Amino acid sequence: MSRSARTPRLGLPGWVFLPAVLGALFVVLPLLAMLTRVDWAQFPALVTSESSRAALLLSLRTSAASTVLCVLFGAPMAVVLARTRFRGQSVLRSLVLLPLVLPPVVGGIALLYTFGRRGLLGHTLDVLGLQVAFSTTAVVMAQTFVALPFLVVSLEGALRTGGQRYEEVAATLGARPTTVFLRVTLPLVLPGLASGAVLAFARALGEFGATITFAGSLQGVTRTLPLEIYLQRETDPQAAVALSLVLVVVATTVITVTRRSRVAP
Amino acid sequence: MTLDAVLRVERRDLDVRLRVEPGRTLALLGANGAGKSTVLACIAGLLQPDAGKVHLGDRVLFSAHGSGTWVPPHARGVALLAQEARLFPHLSVEDNVAFGPRSAGVPRRTARERAAHWLAEVEASELAPRRPAALSGGQAQRVAIARALATEPEVLLLDEPLSALDVEAAPAIRQLLRRVLRDRTTVVVTHDVLDAVLLADDVAVLQSGRVVEQGPTARVLSRPTSAFAARIAGLNLVRGTAAASGTSTAVSALGGLRVEGLADDAIPDGDAAVAVFSPTAVGVYREAPHGSPRTTVRARVTDLEPHGHQVRVHTAHVAADVTPAALAELGIGVGDEVVLTVKASEVAVYPG
Repeated sequence: MSRSARTPRLGLPGWVFLPAVLGALFVVLPLLAMLTRVDWAQFPALVTSESSRAALLLSLRTSAASTVLCVLFGAPMAVVLARTRFRGQSVLRSLVLLPLVLPPVVGGIALLYTFGRRGLLGHTLDVLGLQVAFSTTAVVMAQTFVALPFLVVSLEGALRTGGQRYEEVAATLGARPTTVFLRVTLPLVLPGLASGAVLAFARALGEFGATITFAGSLQGVTRTLPLEIYLQRETDPQAAVALSLVLVVVATTVITVTRRSRVAP
Repeated sequence: MTLDAVLRVERRDLDVRLRVEPGRTLALLGANGAGKSTVLACIAGLLQPDAGKVHLGDRVLFSAHGSGTWVPPHARGVALLAQEARLFPHLSVEDNVAFGPRSAGVPRRTARERAAHWLAEVEASELAPRRPAALSGGQAQRVAIARALATEPEVLLLDEPLSALDVEAAPAIRQLLRRVLRDRTTVVVTHDVLDAVLLADDVAVLQSGRVVEQGPTARVLSRPTSAFAARIAGLNLVRGTAAASGTSTAVSALGGLRVEGLADDAIPDGDAAVAVFSPTAVGVYREAPHGSPRTTVRARVTDLEPHGHQVRVHTAHVAADVTPAALAELGIGVGDEVVLTVKASEVAVYPG
């Protein structure tokens, strides 16, 4: 088995580099433009103000919580979608993936009419003494709602690419379905699960529309970093830029760290 | 334990009945797409047949009768060894072999001892700490065999266990299988006659989802009645109707092909019969030779291929082996018309 064999570089047509470079510039240039607007002298003060710290902390906490929820619910969803066949499966898949393309505001409204005080389950929750809307719980729910499909999509892809060969072997070796799932299926799709979780975390971190609709904007309770940036932009553009930079740095760090840990064995 | 399987899978057009007596090895021979792997999948429980039954001793693994019976793969006691080793890439060799015992609830330490035992059995003890990615194809297949045997299966299913190995690795694994399969109830799918001869007590030939021939290996390979078994045994086979012709018996096939040979027992005229003869017994000429009372067949050469130290001349129905020198002297090529001859004493004729 030649694992280190190098693929020779095939000749690419020269013209593909032009649109490729233009596309890359389109993504990178705005980030650089933002950097030029950062007031470095004020930067430490801006990002460590009480409201900023509260927003950043809230964002990290809620995003972490919703990522955990995405894994707990999304992994079984992906397995069911990838490994079983039933009537209406493709319809169900489309519905589950809908938040990918749905405007987040619409997701927020839908959540409000489900879990809000006057929503579908609102009364039931009220009786149980639970009030979800406009709480930190609501933030986590809004983030989970929009981030869940990211995890399901990437994990289902990994499961399908990996195929069922190892699971079949495990079954003929006498492993029960639970053993197969825990000792074969999950370990083999761990990279897919990890990248799905990273995507979900990044999506949760950036979540704005569903959050502001369903959870509102209460400092320290529901005002996450994107909401704080949006508010500051009105009153203190310098603070908004500084916080945006923080968000970029956090997101970049998350992605690079997981990338690196996946490349290294 | 006797394995008794009656399998019907409509989607694959499979309809077979197989029986493997305790401790015996059955080779399932057949061309690609004949349904061999489907049979194994049904026995292992990875595919549910539309109808039929699978019995192992007095256990019913599958039955379509009444409300039906279905034993899931993990509870069957049937281990499947595939073409590729399919070792779990995230586990060490030792953990791979210990996987079966662990899944059966054996304590960790005992499972490890059992893994060590079976790794020693396949002469792969030194590989125990390695990762599957660091093994050669032959080493991986050794480990896969140990892993399958460590579950102490009642039936072992092998799906072309040597076909993914390179030429150097295959003989050693074949020897290993020969040793460990002794006294084990086994079904081995193969298209290699050597596997059938060395590993199997019995042979079943599968063609388009049907068993066309079944019996002890030696008999099926020396007296095949199906084209596939004849091809795999390296023999020419002509199927037709019998007619007495002096001291010999002639077999006439559709299309005017007629071969004379000797029958052990007289076959009534008009009965179905097969004539079987080796390509080495076939003579190749440009013009029909004079005199001798032989079978002569006019045919066009369809292919020439090296075969051992000889060259095999293929025509539509009959193949002949000639030496390279003889071929050069004949000066024939693909598309040329030749005359093929074979002596009646070289042809075995029997009811087919």
